Amino acid sequence: MNAPIDWPDRLYETFKRAGIRQVGYVPDAGHARLIDRCRADPDIRDVVLTTEEEGVALAAGAWLGGERAALLMQSSGLGNCVNMLSLARTCRFPLLMLITMRGEWEEFNPWQQPMGSIVEPVLKLCEAEVYRVLNADEVAGAAERAVQVAFGDERIAAVVLSQQLIGKKVWTK
Amino acid sequence: MSLERRAAMATLLAGRDDNLLVVPGLGSTAWDLAAAGDNDRNFYLWGAMGGAAMIGLGLALAQPTRRVAVITGDGEMLMGLGALATIGIQRPRNLAIVVFDNGVYGETGMQPSATQSGVDLVSVAGACGIGSCLDVRDQAALADLSRRLKGFDDTLFARVKIEAAEPPRVLPLRDGVALKQRFRAALGVKA
Repeated sequence: MNAPIDWPDRLYETFKRAGIRQVGYVPDAGHARLIDRCRADPDIRDVVLTTEEEGVALAAGAWLGGERAALLMQSSGLGNCVNMLSLARTCRFPLLMLITMRGEWEEFNPWQQPMGSIVEPVLKLCEAEVYRVLNADEVAGAAERAVQVAFGDERIAAVVLSQQLIGKKVWTK
Repeated sequence: MSLERRAAMATLLAGRDDNLLVVPGLGSTAWDLAAAGDNDRNFYLWGAMGGAAMIGLGLALAQPTRRVAVITGDGEMLMGLGALATIGIQRPRNLAIVVFDNGVYGETGMQPSATQSGVDLVSVAGACGIGSCLDVRDQAALADLSRRLKGFDDTLFARVKIEAAEPPRVLPLRDGVALKQRFRAALGVKA
């Protein structure tokens, strides 16, 4: 595929600095390395979800109990979360979302385009702070800022990891 | 045989201690919980349908020395049925999921739910790997569940068969921020 990437390690390091203890995710190729690092960490409970909205509720429960959680998903997963985001908005639960983009650059699968194209407007309608990342050297800064907004201000903060950053999915080998 | 929901909630929570944290589903089970007596360790839902069990999971993982009881309805559980699979993987020893099952959507006009057509939530929970799965249909079983809620040490699922009645609403606090703050203050957490 592409040259080895290490920006997921910047996200993992941010999790550790922020004291993230629960990470909910629906598996996604763009998040594979970060998921592996979280799974290998005995201080992080990795929670594989059947649908992304479960992670919004998981993070709320974690905060009620005094722990910090993060939620990993692909752009399509945001659509599965929309009503559950009312929980975070109504109660001002911190919600740190890391979203890998599909459907915007070198996308082979047209079924990814409809949701991918509305990720940022949907997030903004849901009163999330959005930090879009195009280059690897922006990852750490965006993630740190999102952590501050989520847990400091008790708001929804989303780091949107662009498809250019993640790289092109290989469909035929 | 079916149990009366308000009496069932009162029985389950009789003699409740400070280490029991309760998350009801939205609607009828929230009214039932409020009717049983307000408590800072209740986190009432007025929305987030399908999310009660997952809030319970996040809370149970964060508070391993306390017990968490999610007490929700069949419609709310059915909307988030995948949560049983997610919880079956994690299996926190301090999480109980209790479903008040009357086979109808009571808040919206008593339309039938899937459990009325035979969807068996106890079997679903068992198939998801939840260790203790109970079908509570009478007072003796309800009293047994109440005892278990005072000291269980494996993930617990219980379906409580209740009658399809609609007792007068008892409305709890509905300010979500206030509910969150008082719950966290009661637990003494900072994060």
